[in-house]
Amino acid sequence: MSWSWLPISSLVTRSALSKPVTRLYPVERRTPYARTRGHILFKIDNCNFCTICAHKCPTDAIVANKKDKTWAIDYSLCILCGNCVEDCREGCITLSNDPHPPMRAKEIWRVRKEYEAPPPPESPKVAFPEEAPR
Amino acid sequence: MSNTTIVPFGPQHPVLPEPIHLDLELDDERVVQALPSIGYVHRGLELLAERHDFIEMANVAERICGICSFIHGQGYCQGVEQLMGVEVPPRAVYLRTVWGEISRIQSHLLWLGLSADALGYESLFQHSWRIREMLVDIIEETTGGRVIFGVCKVGGVRKDVDDAVLKAVKGRMREIQTSFNEIASVFREDPTVKKRTVGVGVLTAEDAHALGAVGPVLRGSGVARDTRKLGYAAFGELDWEPVVEQDGDCYARCIVRVREIDQSFDIIAQCLERMPDGEVDVSVKGKRPKGEAMFRLEQPRGEVCYYISADGKKNLARFRVRTPTFANIAPLVHMLKGCELADVPVIVLTIDPCVSCNER
Repeated sequence: MSWSWLPISSLVTRSALSKPVTRLYPVERRTPYARTRGHILFKIDNCNFCTICAHKCPTDAIVANKKDKTWAIDYSLCILCGNCVEDCREGCITLSNDPHPPMRAKEIWRVRKEYEAPPPPESPKVAFPEEAPR
Repeated sequence: MSNTTIVPFGPQHPVLPEPIHLDLELDDERVVQALPSIGYVHRGLELLAERHDFIEMANVAERICGICSFIHGQGYCQGVEQLMGVEVPPRAVYLRTVWGEISRIQSHLLWLGLSADALGYESLFQHSWRIREMLVDIIEETTGGRVIFGVCKVGGVRKDVDDAVLKAVKGRMREIQTSFNEIASVFREDPTVKKRTVGVGVLTAEDAHALGAVGPVLRGSGVARDTRKLGYAAFGELDWEPVVEQDGDCYARCIVRVREIDQSFDIIAQCLERMPDGEVDVSVKGKRPKGEAMFRLEQPRGEVCYYISADGKKNLARFRVRTPTFANIAPLVHMLKGCELADVPVIVLTIDPCVSCNER
């Protein structure tokens, strides 16, 4: 008699008799790890508005203005690459371990409107070869 | 007059995680011909390299694929480093190797789960992903991200990992390996898995070679070719041999992946044993890449090629990626000829199609 069915049967029986490996999510939450990239925190007190963070942001989520002394981030655009945290000379930008709470569409619109993201960079001009006569 | 019927398969299909379309020409229940079409998720990531700073582009390169994200970032960074003549510190090289292999294990576990799902084996699917979750936790603990690692940069890695954490990771890897061995024996021996995969979608070594198959598809057909043997990163200093199976059917490709997971555990243990001390990155400030470079890496799905061309400016002049799925589509079409309609999902899944990667 072949015993090839035994591995999966023992695995399934053990799983059925033990505690579930999943969590009851909103009630029971896992503690984030020390390195988890949750969301960007900003402390405006020490900021000298050098705007390096805005230049280094690959998705243009950060908008900083030297003249008006304003700084803003659109969390819906941020990809948590950590470039701004590494490049901030004053140590104003840090990464929190907690993920940013989900935003409603309305809130995203508000954030986008309030911070007015800069226009996208101009696409490089590509010269197409002229169509060959048929 | 022919009596064939054309059945569309995909782009949205329960067994397909990503969109690829196949027109299956059927004679009764047997596939006569399969015509693939791609292009549903093109994102234009290669063009972005011509607009973004080459250092920022490492973040974009990682987003080419969600499963082999780290290896794409590593390939891009190694190509640019080769152009600039930057020597990466040995600790960074070993850390890259460890993360690359963790990424390979989690990708293969994800595939094992999906293939079990395609066979209708739901409990095995859930168990594969339960084990994968433990690995994803290790990835999060060491890098900060679960899917996008975000640690590879031009000149090394962004974050060092403490020796205490590495020691803990070593212990946890052993636990994961023990759990994995339990499901590995199911994939190796279970009659349900064997009945659906043995002798299905056979690709001979000659055909695999002629059609340009890569990765587990090629090694499952008995060709011992693994790009890691080129010795990039730390692979030249480690003790390992490519995994090869001779039969060339779906079962052989499945077993190649199961054995590769075991091998990756071994490679990680070797890396952790030999982990050198020191810096994890070198500064590339003021340097600009210039010239052309071609770089090859072994992804979980097979060989990936990167072409990088730069003319000493902030942006690259051209960035091109040839992904393993693209190379494996021609062997897939060949394997589908003459198979039963019910076997199509299983054969399609055994090439581990990653269509987003393929279309970038």
